[in-house]
Amino acid sequence: MNINDILSVENLTMRFGGIVAVNDLSFTAERGKITALIGPNGAGKTTVFNCITGFYKPTSGTIKLRHSDGEWRLERLNDFRISKIARVARTFQNIRLFPGMTALENLMVAQHNTLMRASGFTFLGLFGVPSYRAAEKAAIDLARYWLDQIGLLERADDAAGNLPYGDQRRLEIARAMCTEPALLCLDEPAAGLNARESAALNELLLKIRAEHGTSILLIEHDMSVVMEISDHINVLDYGVKIADGTPRQIRDNPKVIAAYLGADEEEAIAVMEGET
Amino acid sequence: MDYFAQQLINGLVLGSIYGLIAIGYTMVYGIVGMINFAHGDIFMIGGFIALITFLILVSIGLTAVPVILLLVLLVSMAITSLYGWTIERIAYRPLRHSFRLAPMLSAIGMSFVLTNFSQVAQGARVKPVPPIITGGYTLHEGADGFVVRLSNIQIIVVITTIVLLALFTWLVARTRLGRDMRACEQDQTMASLLGVDVDRTISMTFVIGAALAAVAGMMYLLYYGLVDFFMGFVAGIKAFTAAVLGGIGSLPGAMLGGLLIGLIETLWAAYFSTEYKDVAAFSILIVVLIFLPTGLLGRPEVEKV
Amino acid sequence: MAANASQAKTARGPDAAFILKKAVISALVALVLFSLMIGIRTEAGSDGQLTWWTRFGDLAAMVAVVFGGSIAMELLRRWWGPVDTVRVVPPSAQKVFSFAGRALVPALLIFTFLVPVIFYDERYILDLGILVLTYVMLGWGLNVVVGLAGLLDLGYVAFYAVGAYSYALLATNFGLSFWICLPLAGILAAFFGVLLGFPVLRLRGDYLAIVTLAFGEIIRLVIINWQTLTGGPNGISGIPRPTMFGIPLTPGDDGLATLLRIEFSPTHRIVFLFYLILALALLTNWVTIRLRRLPIGRAWEALREDEVACRALGINTTTTKLTAFATGAMFGGFAGAFFATRQGFISPESFTFHESALVLAIVVLGGMGSQLGVALAALAMIGGFELFRGLEQFRMLVFGGAMVLLMIWRPRGLIGHRAPTVFLERNTAISSDLVKEGHG
Repeated sequence: MNINDILSVENLTMRFGGIVAVNDLSFTAERGKITALIGPNGAGKTTVFNCITGFYKPTSGTIKLRHSDGEWRLERLNDFRISKIARVARTFQNIRLFPGMTALENLMVAQHNTLMRASGFTFLGLFGVPSYRAAEKAAIDLARYWLDQIGLLERADDAAGNLPYGDQRRLEIARAMCTEPALLCLDEPAAGLNARESAALNELLLKIRAEHGTSILLIEHDMSVVMEISDHINVLDYGVKIADGTPRQIRDNPKVIAAYLGADEEEAIAVMEGET
Repeated sequence: MDYFAQQLINGLVLGSIYGLIAIGYTMVYGIVGMINFAHGDIFMIGGFIALITFLILVSIGLTAVPVILLLVLLVSMAITSLYGWTIERIAYRPLRHSFRLAPMLSAIGMSFVLTNFSQVAQGARVKPVPPIITGGYTLHEGADGFVVRLSNIQIIVVITTIVLLALFTWLVARTRLGRDMRACEQDQTMASLLGVDVDRTISMTFVIGAALAAVAGMMYLLYYGLVDFFMGFVAGIKAFTAAVLGGIGSLPGAMLGGLLIGLIETLWAAYFSTEYKDVAAFSILIVVLIFLPTGLLGRPEVEKV
Repeated sequence: MAANASQAKTARGPDAAFILKKAVISALVALVLFSLMIGIRTEAGSDGQLTWWTRFGDLAAMVAVVFGGSIAMELLRRWWGPVDTVRVVPPSAQKVFSFAGRALVPALLIFTFLVPVIFYDERYILDLGILVLTYVMLGWGLNVVVGLAGLLDLGYVAFYAVGAYSYALLATNFGLSFWICLPLAGILAAFFGVLLGFPVLRLRGDYLAIVTLAFGEIIRLVIINWQTLTGGPNGISGIPRPTMFGIPLTPGDDGLATLLRIEFSPTHRIVFLFYLILALALLTNWVTIRLRRLPIGRAWEALREDEVACRALGINTTTTKLTAFATGAMFGGFAGAFFATRQGFISPESFTFHESALVLAIVVLGGMGSQLGVALAALAMIGGFELFRGLEQFRMLVFGGAMVLLMIWRPRGLIGHRAPTVFLERNTAISSDLVKEGHG
């Protein structure tokens, strides 16, 4: 693991019965950078995410995370501890907000652990001690800040399930940021967004990286997002890493194009040469 | 050893009855995704109808036992399945696409209605009948004088169960109705787009489940020689346990689960204590659901993230 | 819902032939259903021999009722219109409604406080009031588990039983006073809540429901069979009555009446019990409202909405679920201890599955999560029962039928919206169509 890396996935393998979803995958994500994980449908990207965030226990391999708070082996941590202790936050491919709660409430739930401590694990909070009130006010301010960042301050008191699709996507990112993560994992944040919305998303992600120093790991299909904001790209196909490099390098890699077009390498090269 | 063999026989017979009820739970759960709480009471109603039909047939002077049994079976299956149909129509269909808790509470309400209905209509006292089928075979006589017996009624219960199970397995696997049922189980919307009459298929599922429960009710009546209005509740929960143990949605699983529950209950009562036999059955339910939620023959469910 | 609407649409207009046809079919179905169950009556004679006789009069009457009922239902449906239509309410009326809604809670509260004053001489009303408040408290307790955390619990009566038996046993065996036993009963019930919670953490939906049902039955069966401790089916009698913090409510020299130099009346104790359960119920309500605005309460609601997202946000779903079970169970335990001291006698018969179903019906009918809705539902259900008091043997028939009809009429409950726990600018209620019901 390099000193500058926040995340290092080594020889990760995940099997479901006889199916190998991820096979001996290794890659790293650099601190304070945006690392993308791309690949055709079914390449095993979301499986990698689920292993990193503890929803699956990998069949073998190690997932190391290191930042200012310490160093962890994520495959050994329980699901909720990965967010609570190792400070890894994530969003989901099919948005998973709390639809019956307001946007503000969604962001308050994300600050559960901070508020739980402040409320003396409920007992002090029940009697409304001043220190809890102050903590709650701070939590509301943080939520307000993020609502403002995603342009949803006006809709803070509306049910999350009532927001338009694009707003829900941004709200989910804001909710993840309210856990104050060191590593933010985004599973297809631009899926279903129109061009204007994806441009706004790019801006938001760049801002998160610049102003909060949060490292970002990104799964994305939308190449306008990936190519524009990623610092480093890993390409997966059939659970195996077939390439990695800067956006520029990936754009010109025939293997990647072959994987996307589902064609042979030679054919892809032919296609590329034909284009240029 | 002889004692054990006798308990084994008794357990298998009881298990056959549970298995017949369990099939109704498993089919309905497979298709509609709800626990039909009223199913145990359908079983009880089936027992009552068998009893009344039997009384009428005997008092009009019919004496041929096979004819009586056949008529009782047919009448009780016919009327009880109409109960199943009506309940689905009144209490479940209007709630099919509603909030998940609503059909469950509706089913609990329906169960109360049926229990109280037969209590009011037929009185609260236990109804005994004289043994209809007598005789049997002595399988083995031990040195200590303990006799292992297989009675004719036990044979009838087991054979009826096997025949019905074969019949319904064929029905689900080979007929148009069975195919419709399997289609609805997978995806109701898609099934209806492909021309499956979903309402009718679900109705038929309830009808079949109720008919099998009626058979179970009649077998219970013949075997134990009594029915009462409250017998549906506990039998229902045990049969549901059987369905879960076997793997919900699976017909052979329901039968297997029924046999296991019957055996466990009988053996528990024989070797430990009669008082706690229901506690044993419920504890098994809890243990199975926790450690083997998909049952013995069920399909595993993967949590999607 | 949809099925009803489409039926109403396909048969628009007063189509007499259609209505008649439907009624005839219903009557025929009823004829077959009731032919043997009502047309024939069986009874075991004194010699153990079964006898039977016919009741064709009753059968004809039932079929006629179904025929008439079907026509009446159909006409009612025509008159009321399709279920899905939104009835237009004029703005002025809406204003009145919203004012009434805001005034309802204080009005109800004031009225409840005044009940013992207004109905001092009517023992029956006071007893009924105590009963209603007991169910309000049970409903509020179960609401924490079902309404907030979205965990379906069909065995809530087990905690009620644990509370009742804790108090009864502690008081009769060790002579402990009600005020010492009350917290102990709550703690014991909470302990049982955790005991149930641990194994069922991984279960969801209907499986959770059936396991909690089994748990409730196991507790009841153990109470019945563990005769040396619980007295078995005979129950425990001679449970001490509560004292007003040590002052007994008896006619004796040390009694409250003598101390206050007023004439003794047995009503004093009833009034005291009324305020006691009112205080307990309000405590439950206060704690629940506070908890909803604390992180634990928000975590419960988040758990109901999406458990996977909760885990991704670092919420320990295990402890969150366990605290929900424990909190709900604790309130059930308090209610149980109150029940024991009020009755002076308890037996396993009071803790059947029927009680669990009744409390759950109150919570669901109230509109999951709504404190006011639960209180109104408890009033409606228990009060409704009293209307059928004369028909004791039809009690369950009416209760079961009401459950079915209420679910069809209002599957989302009386109060169909959720109030946010925190807001920036506007405190607007959230429609229950968005609120999830939980999968656990």
